[in-house]
Amino acid sequence: MVRIQLVHLAHTRSGDKGDTANVGVIAYDPEHYELLRSQLTPERVKAHFASMVHGGVERFDLPNLGALNFLLHGALGGGGTVSLMNDAQGKVFSTALLRMEIEVPADVAEAVRTRGRVPTDWDPRSAGGTE
Amino acid sequence: MSDESRLVRVASGQGFWGDDLEAPVRQVEGGPIDYLMLDYLAEVTMSIMQKQRARDPQAGYARDFVPLMERIFPACVERGVRVVTNAGGVNPLGCAEAVADAGRRAGVTGRAKVGLVSGDDLMDRLDELLRDGHELTHMEIGAPLSEVRDRVQSANAYIGAAPIVRALELGADVIVTGRSTDTALTYGPLMHEFAWSDDDHDRLAAGVVAGHINECGAQSTGGNCMADWWQVPDLAQVGFPIVEVSPDGTFIVTKHEGSGGWVTRASVTEQIVYEMGDPSTYITPDVIADFTSIQLDDRGNHRVRVHGITGRARTDFLKVSIAYSSGWKATGTLTYAWPDAAAKARAADVILRERLQRLGLYFDEIRTELVGWDSTHGTLAGSPPADLPEVQLRIGVRAEQRSTVERFTREIAPLVLTGPPSVTGFAGGRPRVQEIMAYWPALIRREAVEPHLAVDVKEV
Repeated sequence: MVRIQLVHLAHTRSGDKGDTANVGVIAYDPEHYELLRSQLTPERVKAHFASMVHGGVERFDLPNLGALNFLLHGALGGGGTVSLMNDAQGKVFSTALLRMEIEVPADVAEAVRTRGRVPTDWDPRSAGGTE
Repeated sequence: MSDESRLVRVASGQGFWGDDLEAPVRQVEGGPIDYLMLDYLAEVTMSIMQKQRARDPQAGYARDFVPLMERIFPACVERGVRVVTNAGGVNPLGCAEAVADAGRRAGVTGRAKVGLVSGDDLMDRLDELLRDGHELTHMEIGAPLSEVRDRVQSANAYIGAAPIVRALELGADVIVTGRSTDTALTYGPLMHEFAWSDDDHDRLAAGVVAGHINECGAQSTGGNCMADWWQVPDLAQVGFPIVEVSPDGTFIVTKHEGSGGWVTRASVTEQIVYEMGDPSTYITPDVIADFTSIQLDDRGNHRVRVHGITGRARTDFLKVSIAYSSGWKATGTLTYAWPDAAAKARAADVILRERLQRLGLYFDEIRTELVGWDSTHGTLAGSPPADLPEVQLRIGVRAEQRSTVERFTREIAPLVLTGPPSVTGFAGGRPRVQEIMAYWPALIRREAVEPHLAVDVKEV
């Protein structure tokens, strides 16, 4: 088994409800969903966010979408307009989870090595609409 | 209604107040649609609008909507596109009147009707409601509203689709509401078109999912899409989502041909999980949708089929969005350059905090972040390297008294000449002092609200 960052296995989106951040985690490959489910336990996610999340962590499963939804309570400095955080509405909170290390078989690690990161030879000018 | 092959297309044109102003125009002109839904409201928007209305009785709604309607009104009338929006904010009447004026200026007099939905605003009834035993207890902390009653600035019930359906029955071409539930702007037209009843739980739930996919604009069509974001084509003219719905509630998520962005399983799934709570219990005023029942089928060419959705009966309650004044805040920033940028910023923070203390100022919170290092990932970012090229020091404060926060805003600039070296980035002047509007989510029995809802449809 090898440890790799979640960024290579899943994409995420987050948002807010008051002082709670939600983090949706979606497997790039449905075959990796069980792997994520077994390792992204609420306890491990809570430990990962120990310094950032002051309340509990809940997890809900959406096997139909290959997704997990986490609720991180007490994560947004009071939330809404009360919060003094740059990311007061948790818009990028989920990206901090992408740093978490997951144990995977070596062949999986090799297969997803470049997944989730912009290719090194990518040119930002290609974001324009004209070919 | 009997034709099971009939499709209704509901297009999304706005995901929040401040979204792409050209998007609704592209939706109306870029291909066939039946409805255009525009969501302008977020949790904090109502309190901002309430403040604007306190200063000017004519204000209190999404003003952008009026010039937009003036621009698209003729095309909407010609093409038979009906517009449904919660742009009315805390002043739907003022908004509807301004839209009717815009219609006259746009030359659709006698050819269009504007519908007004009101009654979601509970501000004037608040004391009566509290007297009648509606405690409006905070949904998370469990405290009764009476604790902050004297500081409440706005109170609106999230209302369901019934008044939208009624306005459509009465022939409205543009429907302006206040705090309609975001998803109802999409499923209201579907209930009207397909004559879905209150106990068609599965179809209503499908409409809710369609509404959830529509309500944040391009966030389901490639905007803010993390999966392979560098490959998303032509975001400069991103196509906003369109749901093509069948009478049985199944639908296709797509966008206009030739528009930018993409509609894929990944882009739609990212939007589905956005702001999600318990996915099996997505509560709306009209039905509870089960998001664990959603099946997606990516058919390629920017068409994702959505089916299998189940729902169950609505609750006896409506959610109430209450905003109350909760002190003041301000945020100051300064930029420190290499070498040792982070060390300089940390030193400036220590010096500033000591000055605030010497001034005898008391803050409820002082928060320091280094933008460019830890403002989004906190301590997970680790310690900043000594060769960090630059970093922005960002200090926010919160206090009960406005004057305390005002004094803080005068302590940032002096750091340029009285603190650590290599500092810049203070061209913007003093930080702005903002009133904090805290959010108080509560529930209310629906019979305390629904008899007060009113629908008024008038010829332009």
